[in-house]
Amino acid sequence: MPLAEKYDKKVEAAELPQKTKDQMRKFLAEKEVSDTQFKQILERVLMEYKSTRIEACEAVGVIAAQSIGEPGTQMTMRTFHYAGVAEINVTLGLPRLIEIMDARKEPSTPTMTVFLEPEYGNDRDLAREVSWQIEAAPLHEFGDITTDMENMHVVVHLNTKVCDKRKITPAQIMETAPKKIRDRRHYRDFEHDIDEAKATIIFSPKDKESYQNLFQLAEHVRNVIVQGIDDILRVVVRKEAGEYILYTEGSNLKDVFDVVGVDTTRTRTNNISEIAQVLGVEAARNAIIHEAVSTLNEQGILVDVRHLMLVSDMMCMEGEVKQIGRHGIAGEKESVLSRAAFEVTVNHLLDAAVANEVDELSGVTENVIVGQPIQLGTGDVKLIAVRQHDN
Amino acid sequence: MSTKLNVLEHAMVPDHKIMKDEEVSELLSRYNITTEQLPKIYHDDPAVREIGASADDVIRIIRASHTAGRAEAYRLVVKRPKK
Repeated sequence: MPLAEKYDKKVEAAELPQKTKDQMRKFLAEKEVSDTQFKQILERVLMEYKSTRIEACEAVGVIAAQSIGEPGTQMTMRTFHYAGVAEINVTLGLPRLIEIMDARKEPSTPTMTVFLEPEYGNDRDLAREVSWQIEAAPLHEFGDITTDMENMHVVVHLNTKVCDKRKITPAQIMETAPKKIRDRRHYRDFEHDIDEAKATIIFSPKDKESYQNLFQLAEHVRNVIVQGIDDILRVVVRKEAGEYILYTEGSNLKDVFDVVGVDTTRTRTNNISEIAQVLGVEAARNAIIHEAVSTLNEQGILVDVRHLMLVSDMMCMEGEVKQIGRHGIAGEKESVLSRAAFEVTVNHLLDAAVANEVDELSGVTENVIVGQPIQLGTGDVKLIAVRQHDN
Repeated sequence: MSTKLNVLEHAMVPDHKIMKDEEVSELLSRYNITTEQLPKIYHDDPAVREIGASADDVIRIIRASHTAGRAEAYRLVVKRPKK
């Protein structure tokens, strides 16, 4: 039974968050309430909501720091877990939390969760095919590589059966392999010869005097990535909730989005700076919350999201992801004394003296240092007395 | 092969909308602030490019909040500072 329209309008007009409104609607829809009862309910809900809101001048940052920091001490110091997902190694626990807060350019174990479009996600073989487009495959997986010491050649015989299975033509491999050795591996001292009919490539070093060059070339030829995305070392296909999902070791959001069959609305990575680059700060903000919450929850630590939201908001305030610490938020504070109180005290004081900086004493730390009341709670309220005229 | 990626369709990207001048002045007077005091977003941010906003625009972001269900945030578009 839907909620009566007159009540629905009143609920909508009330100054309440969306979630509370939805909960109220759901609750009221199941009940018979009279007008006066409804009025009372609404009043009580409003009152309750107002009383749970944070007070003005409350030090939310300190509360967040405490609320994350205290349970954080219970986390395992060093965990290199195999996070349940088919032997893909993921950094968890405290090291991961530190990584998130430090806004590292690259996490120590980048991984992606690649969702597939419905027609690929429901078919095991198609999902496998997408995984081949993503997983970096070196040349030696596609054929036999022999080093011909007599003629100073490295000969690659492509195995057409493997190529067929992996949905790549020998011609494609023959074209990409020499190019990739030059561009990606930066090795240019060789020549190559292609024999389309026999599916063979012959590489020969420019300097034929030294065997060292030949072996070096052979090594490059063996390991050159001819299919897939270079950064993605491994892909695991798993069925979860009725669809096939790819888990990867290594991350490259931009290139994975270009692969046919990848669902570009759900695919995600644990590399936050990559998300900021490809999807923007707002997505990075969400990613920080998601990563922090899942890292903490995985350790059985329940921290209210509000604290993590605050941290994430601060990190993404200036349009890019900034770390918490002296190279980010703490180091860019307006006040000299506040910065000096955090880390590298002498440098900050010296630089400030040289630059003739002035401290406005508007923050908390600097006022504690000089021994003034801080601008928090009752300290932030100014009273002005209007003197009554004598009657 | 693939069509151009629309970042706004990604589950992690909330709705971004350019605010009209009246809306901006209403917002500023409601909180008694200047645009400079709003959080920032760079002009070359993928989401900003997608909606075609330019520097000095104010963007309304409608987030699916964990706590409130739906929350609005505002960001001022600024030029990315040169490193």
